[in-house]
Amino acid sequence: MSELTLTVMRLGFLAVLWLFVIVAVQVIRSDLFGTRVTQRGSRRGGDTRPQRAQAPAAPPQQRQQQQPGGRRADRGRRGAPTKLVVSEGSLTGTTVALQGQTISLGRAHDSTIVLDDDYASSRHARIYPDRDGQWIVEDLGSTNGTYLDRTRLTTPTPIPLGAPIRIGKTVIELRK
Amino acid sequence: MSAISPIPNSGSNTTTISTVGAPSRRNTELALLAFAVLLPCFAYANVGLALDGEMPSGMLGYGIGLGLMAGVGHLVVRKFAKYADPLLLPLATLLNGIGLVIIWRLDQSPRLMARKAFAPAATNQLLFSALGIALFVAVLIFLKDHRILQRYTYISMAVALALLVAPMFFPAVYGARIWITIPGLGSIQPGEFAKIVLSIFFAGYLMVKRDALALASRRFMGLYLPRGRDLGPILAVWAFSILILVFETDLGTSLLFFGMFVVMLYVATERTSWIVFGLLMSAVGAVAVASFEHHVQQRVDAWQHPFDAFKDGSSDQIAQALMAFGSGGVFGTGWGQGHSDLIGFAANSDFILATVGEELGLAGVMAILLIYGLIVERGVRTALAARDPFGKLLATGLSGAFAIQVFVVAGGVMGLIPLTGMTMPFMAQGGSSVIANWALIAVLIKISDTARRPAPAPAPNPDAEMTQVVRP
Repeated sequence: MSELTLTVMRLGFLAVLWLFVIVAVQVIRSDLFGTRVTQRGSRRGGDTRPQRAQAPAAPPQQRQQQQPGGRRADRGRRGAPTKLVVSEGSLTGTTVALQGQTISLGRAHDSTIVLDDDYASSRHARIYPDRDGQWIVEDLGSTNGTYLDRTRLTTPTPIPLGAPIRIGKTVIELRK
Repeated sequence: MSAISPIPNSGSNTTTISTVGAPSRRNTELALLAFAVLLPCFAYANVGLALDGEMPSGMLGYGIGLGLMAGVGHLVVRKFAKYADPLLLPLATLLNGIGLVIIWRLDQSPRLMARKAFAPAATNQLLFSALGIALFVAVLIFLKDHRILQRYTYISMAVALALLVAPMFFPAVYGARIWITIPGLGSIQPGEFAKIVLSIFFAGYLMVKRDALALASRRFMGLYLPRGRDLGPILAVWAFSILILVFETDLGTSLLFFGMFVVMLYVATERTSWIVFGLLMSAVGAVAVASFEHHVQQRVDAWQHPFDAFKDGSSDQIAQALMAFGSGGVFGTGWGQGHSDLIGFAANSDFILATVGEELGLAGVMAILLIYGLIVERGVRTALAARDPFGKLLATGLSGAFAIQVFVVAGGVMGLIPLTGMTMPFMAQGGSSVIANWALIAVLIKISDTARRPAPAPAPNPDAEMTQVVRP
């Protein structure tokens, strides 16, 4: 065996040994966190600095949305809502991206949005898109009812953009 | 299942934190296991090429043997411990495989073959490894739940005492009474099995007593001093380990045994004072025994002045091991090209790390020590994840014992502490050691399976609080 081959094998073995250790550590790394953390909606934030930096590059329509006043003007325009925002109640500030999935609301632990609200039922209401992509809210026989604007819901009802949906002390609305 | 939580101070930015369904990770384990089998095969081929310039003839048998063992282990884990930690089995397999290669490599040394006391050990060691895997499989299949072991707390104590005391009645081998010799069958080292049985006893005992040991104490100079009567257990264990040291002249077992108890006592009570007491007591005990026990004294002398002992010929092993590490340097001499066979006696058991040090160098030793460290880390991680206190303590005890054993052997070979007659887990030649350590890994895997299994969903009870009705 030539000296060169042996040297290559010697260093090669050490490299592979260390590769094994590194792979093992990577497995541990993926094992460290029992939960997965997903960042959502970072583009829509009001006043964080990175967004300011992006603002000039963003299309004017989006810049308009960053001001609270701009949103009212958008309401009349056609367009699918992209997120659900809790505007009153203990979960104020929570947003959920609307991605075509059904969102259930209530005090039950398996709800999409778990309401910590004494006046909400365990399975209070659900919000889902119909075949045309129009978002519908449906009361699930709750004790205190679900209100869209001021009217109590009796049938599944399409949700206009920005209309407040009241569940107990919680108010949610759909926004672009 | 997911919950939405707003993060303060982030405007309308939100994060969704969802629990990842506990993946079983068996495929990760399989991939790592394949890696862990190929790596020793590479080493084996490397030794053959370096020594004879051709592929070694035993290569196929060795590779198939190791692969079969790993495969059987993996299949049984897949069936009986689906959620077990994915790293323990591959790490142990790799260490076992590399140990086998080193033992085989030392078998090829003409210098060792010329010695009368030396016999080729690789075939036997492969057989013992297979027996170890068999015990591993048996533990995984028959131990349905580690909490069953809790019932045998005091039986374990009796068994452990018997295992530790038994070698006293057998003749000393190489100055230490740690073997039980059965004529015609060979000898076993009961201390290796005692460490598993003892950790079962300590876990069961401390689980019941830990509140008394932790809470009934006075505070003095920042330390919690335990009450006199609570010192009973630690004094008993201390006295017993001193007795082992005196009568069996085995520093390693005694240190392992006492250290494991102190570690578990600390974990069970969260009181630093136990560690202080433990260190003081072991120091006092070791110094006292070393001052009058001749065998222990000799070991301490050889540790303090390795090269004097080398020159006058009384004990050249430590000096040879140190020179082996030195000649290895950073990247080593390469497989099969070192002269660690000069260590002679016990080159392939207690001193096996010196061969790693010479042929793989500092880089190799660090990797091997890291792999041991990862096994210990996975054990402690299992203890953290375990839901029952007995499982927590048992996993801590087993990984603590493993860690102490690695420290005692590696420290002894490298000249950090006096040398003790203990084996490097999984690597060193010796049947009892490899079999007992496979059983240890099996118990850890079983605990981690229970710990990582998804918890049963909490009973759905959303209407524990009734919805309040709005009255107009």
